[in-house]
Amino acid sequence: MVSRTTDDYQKLAIAGCEILCEPAFWAGFDRSSAQGFYDYFRQLTEYEPKRAEKFGIKHYCWLCINPKEADDPVFAREVMSLIPDFLQRNTVLGIGEIGLNKNTRNELTIFEEHVQIALQYDLPILIHTPHLEDKKKGTKLILDALANFSSLQREKVIIDHVEEHTAAMVLDQGYWAGMTLYPESKCTPNRAIDMLETLGSDRLWLNSACDWGVSDPLAVPKCALEMKKREHSAAFIEQVCYHNPARFLSQSKNFSL
Amino acid sequence: MPDKKKIADLHFMDARCKLIDLAAFFDRMDRHEGNPDYRDVALRKAVPLLLENRPDRAKAILDLLSDESAELLESAPYQGAFGAPMPAKGGAQ
Repeated sequence: MVSRTTDDYQKLAIAGCEILCEPAFWAGFDRSSAQGFYDYFRQLTEYEPKRAEKFGIKHYCWLCINPKEADDPVFAREVMSLIPDFLQRNTVLGIGEIGLNKNTRNELTIFEEHVQIALQYDLPILIHTPHLEDKKKGTKLILDALANFSSLQREKVIIDHVEEHTAAMVLDQGYWAGMTLYPESKCTPNRAIDMLETLGSDRLWLNSACDWGVSDPLAVPKCALEMKKREHSAAFIEQVCYHNPARFLSQSKNFSL
Repeated sequence: MPDKKKIADLHFMDARCKLIDLAAFFDRMDRHEGNPDYRDVALRKAVPLLLENRPDRAKAILDLLSDESAELLESAPYQGAFGAPMPAKGGAQ
């Protein structure tokens, strides 16, 4: 939401949004110093919760250095050193969205170091999978890397932006899977509903993106409308749009409904 | 669950529009000068999958448009993605 106007909070509130969680991600440009991330983490943990509160929305966040800016390990570690202090703040859910962007060794190294932080502080993890042609390879690399963490509780990990070619491999290994609804890329509402119908809804959730690109904060309620048109029950829609995310997020000690 | 007629009532016009858009894109690419583009080539390779009798055409097309390489670069040469794997040197540009 750091990239959005306050109007979007108003629209979300009118659409019935009670809680939102915002992952630390790319700002549309590469930040030039760790201090830039310090300010960003303050924005996520201080300013955005206050802005959301004015519309009756609880704002939570995830912290990390995103994979797009994590290809320089020295810089990434400098940013990661800031995270533990922010983990004390009561709106931080966990570590995310970490992951891969161009599937490089450097990105993978920093991804694994983030997982280690999450394990050290017993936090849930939100994982970004790469875009377009890089998604399948990146998802496989992420799953292989996670398999090396024997103490990892897979039900505390959500792997986001799945599509038809990656959703099953994520769910089959016991992780949660997120379907990100975008107007132009990733997943459309009707494709997401197809995946819910074919894969089941137990560990799947829907999310919208409110970022620097073309994105729609109301994508989830719009998808709920499509579910209704496709004759899904109100209980099913409620489970997918509300109870599933609540069940996953409740694993964070800071989360409450 | 809705039957085929209900699904067609809901989604036929959208699918029709996207199919015609794809055809127009191929026409447009053919009409303009320049070397073949790897993204256009990749889309044309995906078209026959639409007519295969299988329940996972969307997955098959996403697989076809994926980088299936196994090796890792040390660092990223660029940040973005383009929708189809870039060919090795000497292929369509």
